[in-house]
Amino acid sequence: MANTDLRSLEAGLDELERPAQRTRRRRTLAALFPPLVALALALLIWQLAADNNWFGKRDEQLPSPGQTWTAAVDQWEQGRIQAAVLNSLIRGGQGFAAALVIGTLLGLLMAKVRFVRAALGPFVSGLQSLPSVAWVPAGILWFGLGEAVMYFVILMGAVPSIANGLLAGIDQIPPLYGRVGRVLGARGLDAMRFVTLPAALPGYLAGLKQGWAFSWRSLMAAELIAQSSSIGLGLGQYLDEGRQFSDIAIVVSGIAIILAVGVGIELLIFSPIERRVLQRRGLGAVRS
Amino acid sequence: MSVEAVKPTAEPRAGTGALVSLKGVTKAFGRGPVILDGINLEIAEGEFVCLLGASGCGKSTLLSIIAGLDEPTTGTVEVSGLRPGLMFQEPALFPWLTARQNVELALRLRGVKRAERRAKAEELLALVHLRDAGDKRVHELSGGMRQRVAMARAFAQESKVLLMDEPFAALDAITRDSLHDELVRLRKELGLTVVFVTHNVREAVRLGDRVLLMSSRPGRVAREYPISIPQPRRIEAPEVAARTLEITDHLREEIRRHGQH
Repeated sequence: MANTDLRSLEAGLDELERPAQRTRRRRTLAALFPPLVALALALLIWQLAADNNWFGKRDEQLPSPGQTWTAAVDQWEQGRIQAAVLNSLIRGGQGFAAALVIGTLLGLLMAKVRFVRAALGPFVSGLQSLPSVAWVPAGILWFGLGEAVMYFVILMGAVPSIANGLLAGIDQIPPLYGRVGRVLGARGLDAMRFVTLPAALPGYLAGLKQGWAFSWRSLMAAELIAQSSSIGLGLGQYLDEGRQFSDIAIVVSGIAIILAVGVGIELLIFSPIERRVLQRRGLGAVRS
Repeated sequence: MSVEAVKPTAEPRAGTGALVSLKGVTKAFGRGPVILDGINLEIAEGEFVCLLGASGCGKSTLLSIIAGLDEPTTGTVEVSGLRPGLMFQEPALFPWLTARQNVELALRLRGVKRAERRAKAEELLALVHLRDAGDKRVHELSGGMRQRVAMARAFAQESKVLLMDEPFAALDAITRDSLHDELVRLRKELGLTVVFVTHNVREAVRLGDRVLLMSSRPGRVAREYPISIPQPRRIEAPEVAARTLEITDHLREEIRRHGQH
């Protein structure tokens, strides 16, 4: 058969068999709509509950969305919300960055050295199920009442998730990829860099996401418990001060802000990265 | 001897020495059963050899041994030149890379300089008629396109030996047929020596200069068939059908022996 015949036959086959592409904007809208509906419904129910005193008298037990908003605006004008969010984010960010380095190294070590994995595997998994707030009292006794407690608790919360995520990512690599790498001549560090690490990326990202969630949670718990003048205002302290003044509107606004920051970081940082990585590989579009 | 025998043929014929040489190769995994037993095989430069057999005949293991992915338990394997290219049933492209980056990675691991990689990769993709698909992600390609990218990646290793492990088995018949044509063309253009594993008799006769029928448990070379039908052959051609029938009968005999005890 002549070469051009073959080429045109293949071009036809290629066109017929290629998966069709979907439009992107419609998918984004479709992803945004349901959570917005849920949020609107939640606000509506909240308003109804406050208006009808479902949980006791409004001013002491459940403020309305409007009262909460007013309290938050008042706190904002005093600069307290900005300071609390900034402090907590800096603590969370720095703690998470340290956890990232330690967790990644630990995960790699466990993946590569069988003895390390057998020795540490059960403990790392066990630590994952231990609520890291349990470390707060010990942290206070060991490091004194200061910022160090926060970082310690974040590390204990996030490192196991990150290490285990990387490990799961590496375990799930199809063995065929390793064989292909060897056929192409990838050995040692090259195999790690060009095959193992990129192949493990989806699992690793899932671990990072969970690690961030654990970091944020642990930090809030630590800020609530560990309080002293030497520790700057964080969202946990903001929450607890609201309790001390019996100001339920401040407490509820604190909860809302903690939730918003946690979800915001996930939506603005982790989800886009994860979506892009998975889409490139033709894997399920995770919507969030 | 007639004058006919020395007449040069259009097909790339065996050069001087053997490019791939196996002597007394046996393979058993641990204390398990013998998978391969006393394989002697000489494959000449430019030859296209098909390894044909039922499941469990060890044909894929034999290919892995030639590729250097597995060690024989006893015996020697010699492959001259660079590390041979190997293609699998699944294209096994890396999904985090584009088609071109997959080819570029093979070049990079071979030590090709950065400045030359891109042009070289595009050249290789053009060779398999995928000049315009370089920026596509793996999941955006059809099964046939993926196998052609895998072919380009194998060519990037610049080895004259290409090992193929049922590379077209997962494709539909039309695509497979066009890839057969493609492989025959490229093998001639690049002067490749090919070892092609398949359980499809017709495919073996369509492609091979020589078909080796393997028996199962343990895997041995049971029979050998030189195929002298001139290329390009069509898979529907009566000569191809006749050889297919003959070899299929022998293959069935081999398989029946296993049901008799």
